[in-house]
Amino acid sequence: MKTFLILGAGTGGTMMANKLARKLSPEEWKIILVDKDEQHYYQPGFLFIPFGYYKPKVVVKPKRKYVPSGVEFIISEIESIEPAANKVTLSAGKRVIQYDQLLIATGTDIHPEEIEGLKEGGWHKNIFDFYTFEGAVALHNFLDKFQGGRLVINIAEMPIKCPVAPLEFAFLADYYFQQRGIRDKVDLIYTTPLPGAFTKPKAASVLGDFLGRKGIHVEPDFAVSAVDSGKNTISSWDGRAIDYDLLVTIPTNMGADVIGRSGLGDDLNFVPTNKNTLQSVKWPNIWVIGDAANVPASKAGATVHFESDVLFENILRSLRGEELQPDYDGHVSCFIESGFNKALLIDFSFETEPLPGAYPLPGIGPMKLLGESWLNHMGKLGFKWMYWNLMCNGLPIPLPAKFSMVGKRP
Amino acid sequence: MANVLDSVKFDADGYMEDANAWTKEVAEAIAKREGITLNPRHWVVIDYARNEWKTKGEAPTLRNITKNTDVDTKELYSLFPGGPGKLAAKVAGLKKPTGCI
Repeated sequence: MKTFLILGAGTGGTMMANKLARKLSPEEWKIILVDKDEQHYYQPGFLFIPFGYYKPKVVVKPKRKYVPSGVEFIISEIESIEPAANKVTLSAGKRVIQYDQLLIATGTDIHPEEIEGLKEGGWHKNIFDFYTFEGAVALHNFLDKFQGGRLVINIAEMPIKCPVAPLEFAFLADYYFQQRGIRDKVDLIYTTPLPGAFTKPKAASVLGDFLGRKGIHVEPDFAVSAVDSGKNTISSWDGRAIDYDLLVTIPTNMGADVIGRSGLGDDLNFVPTNKNTLQSVKWPNIWVIGDAANVPASKAGATVHFESDVLFENILRSLRGEELQPDYDGHVSCFIESGFNKALLIDFSFETEPLPGAYPLPGIGPMKLLGESWLNHMGKLGFKWMYWNLMCNGLPIPLPAKFSMVGKRP
Repeated sequence: MANVLDSVKFDADGYMEDANAWTKEVAEAIAKREGITLNPRHWVVIDYARNEWKTKGEAPTLRNITKNTDVDTKELYSLFPGGPGKLAAKVAGLKKPTGCI
């Protein structure tokens, strides 16, 4: 009996457990899935919680609901991974698991302690993240009572999970304060370490001053050096200081600690991974999916979905002793909520930046690329159903895995 | 004297179109255009950036540079005033750092 061990039961680990359980013979393979948490979060929904557009309970379900029968599910922290010995040690009962194949799907988390002063006095008082369930709920309670002042959004450093989420937060904040009739009492400032809100040439030219038109001030090239909770000021390395009444932060994103402890990660604990095959660069029986990998694609559920098709085929090829196929092309699609019940849609790959056009059918769409529409917004909302009912069960969703230029205008 | 930059192609923001056309002389000339005179500390950063590009295909982040060289963030800002991420990439002949959109 051989062991297929999956670390992490988030989007990637859960999808792959379902796909593998349907394919691998239970006489030959034992599949073990490990996670530290009982709850599965629909993370794209965190964005809507601060504004009260989603109730917190709609983004949480028990992970066990998505564990296929025959798969052993263990709740535990992971103490260490020893790739040379094909061995993983769990914290729970110090259990040691010898594996034949290992899939790392341990994701990424925020690390506010990486920024000087960020986690001091103001943390979850007037400084919030919305990348955790707790942060999003605490921010909702704060916003509920917020009567006006300056809201500063800060991205600490790249890469971050769902790189468009901070933009969406800014757009929804503008909409939310208008709905509440206090938009004129709120200053919205978007600070980013990148050279602008839109950095790809096509997006920058098509969307232009999208934030300016919404009255959102952009502070580009802002590399945060420190936060002063006493003075309510955020500073950059080049000497800029901005006062805030409410700071919404996207702190440094890092892979799991165990990746770093086990010597499997880069500077940010992301696992060096072949971006086309999704195999570990160093260990042929280790596979990596989603946020945990150092693949230069957006860290997002849509990426995980497209990666999973390629990864599944490559794992099967490897088990049959065949050559891997370098089939992951960096394809990602994402909806960008822009407020007022509209959203943008972008679809891109390693090689091709987001372009305008129609998706998935040329001229027809029905989705509009790199432009706002109500239907895109409905697509974004409909995605929650697809996530819980199709993706988490490892079932296909009606979108092509490979990136295509059809319908796009370069 | 012909300028070493005459034969080099740049994008609208002054970043080299082709990182393979980069030489040390080109770096000196780009730096001069940006008002920087390169000293050995600049070269620690530039050499690291070139090496990262060769292995990973993109310019390093500030974290990469400060974690893997002995140049800290403060020094980095004094070497490349204003925006070390952008400026170091520019002088090293690499593309500017971008997001997904």
